[in-house]
Amino acid sequence: MAFLRKKIYACAGYNTVALGTGRKEFNPKKPRPGIEHYIKEAGLGAIEQIRNPENIDEGVIGNFIAERFCRQGNLGGFFPFVHPTFQYKPCIRVEGACDSGGLALVTSVKTILSDLADVVLCIGVEVQNTVKALYGADYLAAAGWYSGERKDGHAYFFPDKFSERAGAYMKKFGELKTREAMAQWYVNAIENARKNPKAQEYHNNNPDLFNTAMTKPDPNTFCEFLNVYDCSKVSDGASALIFASEEGLKKIGVDKKDAVEIVAFAQVQDNITTPPPDLTKLTTCEVAARRAYERAGIKPEDLSVLEVHDCFTIAGIMAIEAAGFAGHGEGADFVREGKTRSDGIIPTNTTGGLIGYGHPTGATGVRQAVDIVHQLLGKAGDCQVKIDPKRPYGMLSSMGGNDKTVVVMIFKKSE
Amino acid sequence: MNLDERLQDVSVIGAAGKMGSGIAALISQEMLRLKLENPEKIYRLNLIDVNMSGLDGLRDYLRSQFLRTAEKTIVVLRKKYKDRADLVENAEIVDAYVNDGMKLLNFSTDLLTAKNSHLVFEAIIEDEKTKIKTYKALKKLVSKETFFLTNTSSIPIGYLDEKSGLDGRLIGYHFYNPPVVQKLVEVICAPQTKEELKGLASELGRRLRKTLVPANDISGFIGNGHFMRDGLFALDEVLRLKGKYKFYGAIYIMNRVSQDFLLRPMGIFQLIDYVGIDVFQCILKVMRTHLKDKTLKHKLIDKMIKAGIRGGQYSDGSQKDGFLKYDKNRPVGIYDLKNGEYFMITDEWKNKIDKQIGPLPEGFAPWKALLGDKNKDEKLKNHFRTLKQMNTMGAELALKYLKRTKEIAESLVKQKVANSADDVNAVLTNGFYWLYGPINEYV
Repeated sequence: MAFLRKKIYACAGYNTVALGTGRKEFNPKKPRPGIEHYIKEAGLGAIEQIRNPENIDEGVIGNFIAERFCRQGNLGGFFPFVHPTFQYKPCIRVEGACDSGGLALVTSVKTILSDLADVVLCIGVEVQNTVKALYGADYLAAAGWYSGERKDGHAYFFPDKFSERAGAYMKKFGELKTREAMAQWYVNAIENARKNPKAQEYHNNNPDLFNTAMTKPDPNTFCEFLNVYDCSKVSDGASALIFASEEGLKKIGVDKKDAVEIVAFAQVQDNITTPPPDLTKLTTCEVAARRAYERAGIKPEDLSVLEVHDCFTIAGIMAIEAAGFAGHGEGADFVREGKTRSDGIIPTNTTGGLIGYGHPTGATGVRQAVDIVHQLLGKAGDCQVKIDPKRPYGMLSSMGGNDKTVVVMIFKKSE
Repeated sequence: MNLDERLQDVSVIGAAGKMGSGIAALISQEMLRLKLENPEKIYRLNLIDVNMSGLDGLRDYLRSQFLRTAEKTIVVLRKKYKDRADLVENAEIVDAYVNDGMKLLNFSTDLLTAKNSHLVFEAIIEDEKTKIKTYKALKKLVSKETFFLTNTSSIPIGYLDEKSGLDGRLIGYHFYNPPVVQKLVEVICAPQTKEELKGLASELGRRLRKTLVPANDISGFIGNGHFMRDGLFALDEVLRLKGKYKFYGAIYIMNRVSQDFLLRPMGIFQLIDYVGIDVFQCILKVMRTHLKDKTLKHKLIDKMIKAGIRGGQYSDGSQKDGFLKYDKNRPVGIYDLKNGEYFMITDEWKNKIDKQIGPLPEGFAPWKALLGDKNKDEKLKNHFRTLKQMNTMGAELALKYLKRTKEIAESLVKQKVANSADDVNAVLTNGFYWLYGPINEYV
């Protein structure tokens, strides 16, 4: 059996602004829109791009931990609030930490593969500015193993996990080049975000990004090997995308030229109770990418655009290696040499990535898909990169926890 | 008895006041640090004030300060609580820290509560009779080893010590407002102040991460020695200008010149309001008496007090009306002595008077922008250089003020209030948040 036994398409992508520090309209002391606002804005943003919303069959929403940030569960219940078409239709919320959005993508696709639905609205959402960062760090630490890791863990649990990785990478492959590559990753992220009006770093006008990013880490207040610029920010945001079979596209009145095809995906799980086998690489991401390439029958060089999960700059560098663009330990040079820039060999995170656009955790996987779809359709605005007809593919890699839950999805421009 | 032992039982008298609450916040954090290191020992901070409702406010304030520290130092705090298996999340550790801190505190309206303290901070009203009376009462309660640190900003320490019969157990330890923010502590020793107390005061300053500047035991010390005379100069200028610009116009001009043209954190009249016109008057009186200097008085200050306008702050920290009227801590009006009411500032009036003051020097950057600027010194030089080339009322007044400020500072060194120009500059930059010391090369 072929991996995908029928054609599935993605269309009608929509991202909200990623709100948080850095955005001019963000004021931590003033009330802000709640999670339902984001779900509705993103959901309607997608629905308004199709002709027949009544033909949407199901809703899937990815969210990590609204129970804690917003004291809100049962998120499937917001689909009928977004649009009456969902009343009494199947809706579900999926969770896999920061890969919740990624899981929402594959759940949508699988639902269509099951023949139970032709059209699925897929949303991802997270609202995180409801608490200060140190309390948010508690909530996000749930992506690790609570009873096995949290007590001995750092106040900023996940930044520290990736600080450990950065330290190990530096030790093995060279401190300065790694540090510079991390700084360059930050520069690329902000430069791309400046072209994306929805990005949290859109208003960033720092004239000296590289030196800012080279700020020496302070283990007394934060992490040993990461500074705050190495980290994605705390963000509120949502994204939405519609998945449809060929039949489904017709039902909702979307032309194939306005949709992209899903050619493969891989959903890979590692054991949350075991430490990473190698701190210097993202093993699970690598397995997922390899599997997706095999299923799609393509190689890294067939991609025109890439989205990786740069929750931290070091994760971005390792994700480039995991995606097969650089050998183990060569990712730092690859990034330093500008090969991941929008005008580089493989334009990566062209709208800012998690560091530049922002990281509303449960929304991120969906946001990555929306941006890949926009790139392949030539609708990426100022962020648009060249899509070579000989390399019509785009890929996203979305990660939850410390390389534990991974989704990779490959898209292709329709004929 | 070393500092750690003395910190096991401490009292703050006047704890609900502006300065007392800040001192309580600083000391409580140090005591909590010791408590976490020595869980078996008992620590007690007695917070004593005659104002009962003020103590309720103090409880909230200290809780918020513990919370703030816990949140800021959570990375280190997790390690301190590593042996508490029940505390896992940051939020749980923050709560534990706040609770542990609150457990140290003992709120009271009774001076008797201080009886076991070996260290007493006094931050009551700036009135020598009240202070002496309090010290005399305390002396009877506490052990002979107890040391006293007074937050007086003007009364000579030797005089207080002698009148209270403290035998060298008193030192001047003058925090600046607000104590948790301002880096400066002016330390004033009397000739009889015990060496052990001097050593202890320095050690405490290091622990509280304060910049200690020694001042000699002359009324007003460095801080008020400068501030009072600086304020008097501005008041004299108001008298000179009021004929042409009216009283409120003159207040506006001098306030704006001192803030924008001299690049201070706030204008001189806003500062007097912040301190309190009544406090300003009271300190002038103390200094006038002890220094036997009749010039330390101003009729405009007396008239304001007579009119019932006192400035100062509400217990929530917001500004009471004084020379200026405030809306959310921003000046919106100016007191009109003649009519006994506030003149409300309109855009039209402001534009007109600003025009008369003249423009700011080209390339002007406000105090706040320069504060963290790496090229601050160069920019200050340019600012004052440009000012000198401008032929406007604002520039002229600013340069005159700059010159007078320097003279005041230099006379403090000459009269041996301060040991050096650096000490005066340190007080103004650390205690008043000036960008530059008054003894400078700009004039």
